Amino acid sequence: MKRRTVIPFGPQHVVFPEPIQFRLILEEERVVDAIPALGYMHRGIEQLATVKDFTKTLYLAERICGICSVMHTLAYAQAIEELMGIEVPPRAKYLRTIWAELGRLQSHLLWMGLAADAIGYESLFMQTWRAREVVLEMIEFTEGSRIMTGSITIGGTKRDLHAESLEFLLHKLEHLEQALNDIYPVFSDDPLIKQRTVGVGLLSKADAIKLGAVGPTARGSGIAEDMRLLGYAAYGELDFQPVVETSCDSYGRMLVRVKECFQSIELIRKAIAKLPPGEVLVKVKGRPEGEVIMRIEQPRGELLYYLKAGGDKSLARWRIRTPTLSNLPPLVHMVKGARLADVPLITLSIDTCIACVER
Amino acid sequence: MAWVSSARKRSPWLLHYETGGCNGCAIEFVAALTPLYDLERFGMLNTGNPKHADILVVTGCVNARSGRVLRNLYEQMSEPKVVVAVGVCACTGGIFHDGYNLAPGADKVVPVDLYLPNCAARPEAIIDALLTAADLLAETRRRDQHAHQRAPDQQG
Repeated sequence: MKRRTVIPFGPQHVVFPEPIQFRLILEEERVVDAIPALGYMHRGIEQLATVKDFTKTLYLAERICGICSVMHTLAYAQAIEELMGIEVPPRAKYLRTIWAELGRLQSHLLWMGLAADAIGYESLFMQTWRAREVVLEMIEFTEGSRIMTGSITIGGTKRDLHAESLEFLLHKLEHLEQALNDIYPVFSDDPLIKQRTVGVGLLSKADAIKLGAVGPTARGSGIAEDMRLLGYAAYGELDFQPVVETSCDSYGRMLVRVKECFQSIELIRKAIAKLPPGEVLVKVKGRPEGEVIMRIEQPRGELLYYLKAGGDKSLARWRIRTPTLSNLPPLVHMVKGARLADVPLITLSIDTCIACVER
Repeated sequence: MAWVSSARKRSPWLLHYETGGCNGCAIEFVAALTPLYDLERFGMLNTGNPKHADILVVTGCVNARSGRVLRNLYEQMSEPKVVVAVGVCACTGGIFHDGYNLAPGADKVVPVDLYLPNCAARPEAIIDALLTAADLLAETRRRDQHAHQRAPDQQG
């Protein structure tokens, strides 16, 4: 047997904006095994929810993750609405869809930038984040803030979009599409990026199913799985097909995310065209009781909430399973056999969100 | 040696560590480095090595596990150094302050020079805080005072 070395990768590393540690077991330059060490960002949100008022837990849900804050409020609001039997006005459902897709856009652009940075392509990183600022401008104009917007609430939305805002959105979407059209060929054809990603971090379709991959990680391995097809919010009325790539490597997962940006732009345009008139918020009375499971599609994959309430002011149990947690076993599988220098990029290719995992 | 402190002020290198929290401030910190806000025009550079860094940017609430890492990073940085707590979580624990495993604020673990309470901190505010931090770097006399103040703190 060859001599084995253990290298701690993280928790503080330039590639990650967040702390996670992988103990990499190496034989020379090859990784034989990886042991993820979690807990650097644990805040005890599930416990806090059993103490706080269930309406205030909405703000806690928003702060599970700063990148997909809209998705978490959406999932939480939908779960409580299902428990209490609240019918949300159709306009609010469309607004939720528009904001969720804006959130997905900024999250994917963020990831594309970080991936370019991990590859060492500094100018592409800067260009991608320049395009991301256009999305953040749209979010700020329509929701009032850049990150923590608080625009989705139990029973509907807190804000409404006026004709002026919709026009602004359409105008900015055109800007964004132009910028993405410039960026897309670099991601798909640039030899530098291809060298680093093609054939790196292989995850076959059978392995992806066996290890329970979700989201772009699963779609990059040829599985047409997308929770938006369940038809929550207004997704049931907007005709779309999930983006699927069959190359099963980091390149495929990257292309899925880049193409999903165009898909999100189309979805927002469709939602604006179909936006029905009417109220955006219904009054909520009473307390939730019962059990519910809510699944939605986050930028990183399937988000699963399990809520249990006993008619008290706070929830009895709130279980959060986030997409990155589901994608960790596939990641450990991908890292085995890779070279040490490829590990940062492979880790990024599942779009790790540690704040979500550790809650 | 006025030119040394003047040079320090114009090229502070940053070390960012996310101790917990939701990531929002961490992302806004990275956004502040990119073309629209462009922190690099002030000579600031994001580095991953604590030995290279002058300013430690802490985002998020500090828990038992990340507190040790934060302390470790802080001690590895060479003097003079400034610590900036970005976001309300790093200042007081924010919305998570009554969580069962959290220290209420980064200043319980490392001495903090500047507090930036916000949820999430905007890039403009982060730039303002970092420029103030760069001024603090140049104030050598204030730094010596801090060294005395820090001494009892570091024992704990």
